[in-house]
Amino acid sequence: MNCEFSETTVHGYFDGELDAVRSAEFERHLESCGECQAELRETESLHERLQQSNLFEQASPQLRDRIHKQIVREANASGAKISKARKLFFVPSFAALAAAAVLLLAGFLVFQSHNQSARITTELIDAHVRSLQPGHLTDVLSSDQHTVKPWFDGKLDFIPPVSDFSQQGFPLVGGRLDIVDGHNVAALVYARRKHFINLFVWPYREKGTSLAGSGSHQGYNWLTWQSGEMQFCLISDASATDLRELKDLIGQ
Amino acid sequence: MLGPQDRIRFEQLVLPHLDSAANLARWLVRNRADSEDVVQEAMLRAYRFFDRFHGGDARAWLLQIVRNTCYTWLEKNRPAELMTEFNEEVHQQPSINPEALAGQADERQRLMRALESLPARAREVLVLRELEGCSYKEIVQIAGIPIGTVMSTLARARARLQRTLTAATAKEAS
Repeated sequence: MNCEFSETTVHGYFDGELDAVRSAEFERHLESCGECQAELRETESLHERLQQSNLFEQASPQLRDRIHKQIVREANASGAKISKARKLFFVPSFAALAAAAVLLLAGFLVFQSHNQSARITTELIDAHVRSLQPGHLTDVLSSDQHTVKPWFDGKLDFIPPVSDFSQQGFPLVGGRLDIVDGHNVAALVYARRKHFINLFVWPYREKGTSLAGSGSHQGYNWLTWQSGEMQFCLISDASATDLRELKDLIGQ
Repeated sequence: MLGPQDRIRFEQLVLPHLDSAANLARWLVRNRADSEDVVQEAMLRAYRFFDRFHGGDARAWLLQIVRNTCYTWLEKNRPAELMTEFNEEVHQQPSINPEALAGQADERQRLMRALESLPARAREVLVLRELEGCSYKEIVQIAGIPIGTVMSTLARARARLQRTLTAATAKEAS
């Protein structure tokens, strides 16, 4: 690299890791630097190839099972130590048995709901990937929240909160309808430098699975939470930090 | 001593990142069966050390343990692998455009081989960024290296992967 910016700047820019000032500086420089343009294009195409080849290898069901058993064993072992220490004070009783049964049930329910939310998360990631296909990203293309919000009116039985965060580096791109877990959901699209972020919103159903937490799968980060009567879910290949920042802006 | 409520917290906070853990170990150890043993060991350590987790990024916390467990395993079982360092001068820049020839052989196999051929430290940073979607800050925490090293390693790892792929494509075409 012969230009004034170091090689790592291109990568920092591509990964959304430069602060706003540096990023703007670099964008100005990029207009006239063929070398940096080429480097950015290469980084981008390598990223696409890696994403499209599904190199992320999930845990096998056997491994999941081994680990689950191991934790149960470990928990029992430490439970045994506790009861040994308290032997004089603690007589095994129906109460203890009942407590053990409740714990087992709780563990089972957590495990079940984990499977359930893992399935929905996978569905959301699929929806995100689908949305990136040409022509699928938005049904209503506008950075104006007053255009996007009314567009949903009449198409859904709820109204998603719509705000534009261009000032904070997350411009609103548009919105569309999507289907997740068999229900209609609102999908809002934000941009973060070179990445798109999908925000899925739907009313939280009492009997439905609640999603709260964060994680990553096949290079996509997700962040989910509930607020009021709504379930929110952010998905993108932007960094987890970006997602948290956007969540704070949404502030729901 | 961990109580039953700790176990539930562990299952809610740490266990959802099992896929990430399995993926990282698979790419560091480069062998599925061995990597599963390493992940099991790492999960056990995470569970035992869970009282030292004081909130924050549970995934980065777990991946740090997985990463360290992988290195301990490699030092014991494959010490030679960790000795390979980057040598930029050995590999010359090839001149063929990979895009022109891509898509002929199995793309996924090609990428897998190329990624596996990277030195451990470069592979680690690249997998964390490209496959796990970690931020630089998270990579600092997981790999225990300064942010400057994360940035330079990532830039070099991407360049090297690109060269390896281009060279592979050129070889196939000749």
